[in-house]
Amino acid sequence: MQRPWSDPLPSDSTASVEKQPAPLSRGRALTRLGGIGVVILCLAGGFLYLGGWFSPNALTPARFVDAFERADGVFSGFRRNHAKGVGVSGYFESNGQGARLSKAVVFRAGRVPVIGRFSFGGGDPNVADAPSMVRGLGLLFWLPDGEQWRTAMINLPVFPFQTPQAFYDNLVASQPDPQTGKPDPEKMAAFAASHPATVRALGIIQSHLASSGFDNTAFNSLNAFRFINAAGTSIPVRWSLAPVEPFVAVTTMTTAQTDKNYMFDALIASILQHPLQWHLIITIGKPGDPTNDATMAWPDGREQVDVGTLAVDHIESEETSPARDINFDPLVLPSGMAPSDDPLLSARSAIYSRSFTRRAGEAKTPSAISPAEVRR
Amino acid sequence: MGAASEQRQFTVLMRILHWLTAAMVLTMLGIGVAMVASLGNYHRLVSIHRPLGIAILIVVVVRFVNRQFSTLPPFPPSMSSRERFIAHASEVLLYTLLFALPLIGWGMLSAARFPIVLYGSLHLPPILPHSVMLYALLRKTHTVLAYLLFLAFIAHLGAILFHTLVVRDGLFSRMAPWRVHAR
Repeated sequence: MQRPWSDPLPSDSTASVEKQPAPLSRGRALTRLGGIGVVILCLAGGFLYLGGWFSPNALTPARFVDAFERADGVFSGFRRNHAKGVGVSGYFESNGQGARLSKAVVFRAGRVPVIGRFSFGGGDPNVADAPSMVRGLGLLFWLPDGEQWRTAMINLPVFPFQTPQAFYDNLVASQPDPQTGKPDPEKMAAFAASHPATVRALGIIQSHLASSGFDNTAFNSLNAFRFINAAGTSIPVRWSLAPVEPFVAVTTMTTAQTDKNYMFDALIASILQHPLQWHLIITIGKPGDPTNDATMAWPDGREQVDVGTLAVDHIESEETSPARDINFDPLVLPSGMAPSDDPLLSARSAIYSRSFTRRAGEAKTPSAISPAEVRR
Repeated sequence: MGAASEQRQFTVLMRILHWLTAAMVLTMLGIGVAMVASLGNYHRLVSIHRPLGIAILIVVVVRFVNRQFSTLPPFPPSMSSRERFIAHASEVLLYTLLFALPLIGWGMLSAARFPIVLYGSLHLPPILPHSVMLYALLRKTHTVLAYLLFLAFIAHLGAILFHTLVVRDGLFSRMAPWRVHAR
């Protein structure tokens, strides 16, 4: 028996060799080999297709994070957005009022530990504090059964972008011109002209009065979510944290600070004095309220439920805080909470994950809010 | 018929476990490579990826234990000792990867303090301490081993197709989902 592609064992018994069909002709063998090659190429091609290798212009988490890096630079070990921040911890005291809305354990009456992080938007971890910048608060609620609830909130009343693509296009359009050091006004105008939802949202944001500091800032979930209660009823919700500290508007005095960490320093000073508190307010949407558009506020008069109080009683530098090494992924939700149909949610989860993966492996460089700054 | 024909194939349970693994792993590789490039479907895919990975780990453990207690059908005589060695080494590689990938996935999520949610409030405990450097290392390893698993799968499939269609030594019939009688 001649078989060009495998050496028969000398020990092969004739009985089993008899069971083998006659060898293929060279032509037929080559045809079959070609067929096997086609099968394998199709599988490999399908695998690469799923991985987006044939769509080099599609927006992916990696390309989105690249855009953040082009906009602000890469700072080793820091978040690609909301880079400047400080770690906090405390607890959430649920009053039990949320239990009828969601079966999530966090809404049963009682207390759960929380860690969090206050931050400014943007990728520069050494940016000078300014009340006009976006303020962020990431929270992780440790539920007693080992579940977690993570949320990343900001102080804007609505989000400026409807879709991940709009956010990305804005990042690209607002890229500073290397000649002038400022964004190209033509590109900005073209973006505004093709994104009426952003223009509308910016109108709402500009009419919103910023508060003087972190301690009296209201933070909003922006995206809609769904709450599912024990009976299986699912409702659309948004949430916000309403500060117990009274609102004080930004004055020209507070903006004329020379200390580049003055807003974080004020936060540190007030937490060292007494725990800061926020009421967690759940707003319940009605049928027809947009759940897939974070640029639109829900109409006034929607039912709001105060489900408990967040108390922040400890603050520390990112260098010592576990919050630095937490990805405040908005889709880490306990049973009883679910994402809405808002396209930003899955994208946020994907992009946060990519940013986290990149910074996780980098050498950690000192935070602007140093351990000494917190002890001062 | 009888004992001789039984021996030509893996046991029914082994064949069920093999094809179950094949379907799960192929789905898993597709989901894995798609989810890291996806914005809109990321969450949906990740929510399948994690419990499916744990399901694969369970099936592979059952398979491995079952294999220790089962008689394997012999290789066809057409296979040279070198081919037999390669076939055996590729089995070791596939088993190693099928154990390692879910464990590394579980470990890397543990190191990032991500909950490993299986269904509803059912979740796994962390198996490693909170360390983002460890996370970064395991995350990279997870990707490299997943690509290696895809290549190993392609090689496994290619070898079986070659033996079955070109050498025509009936290698595939050992693991065929249907019952194959001796010729």
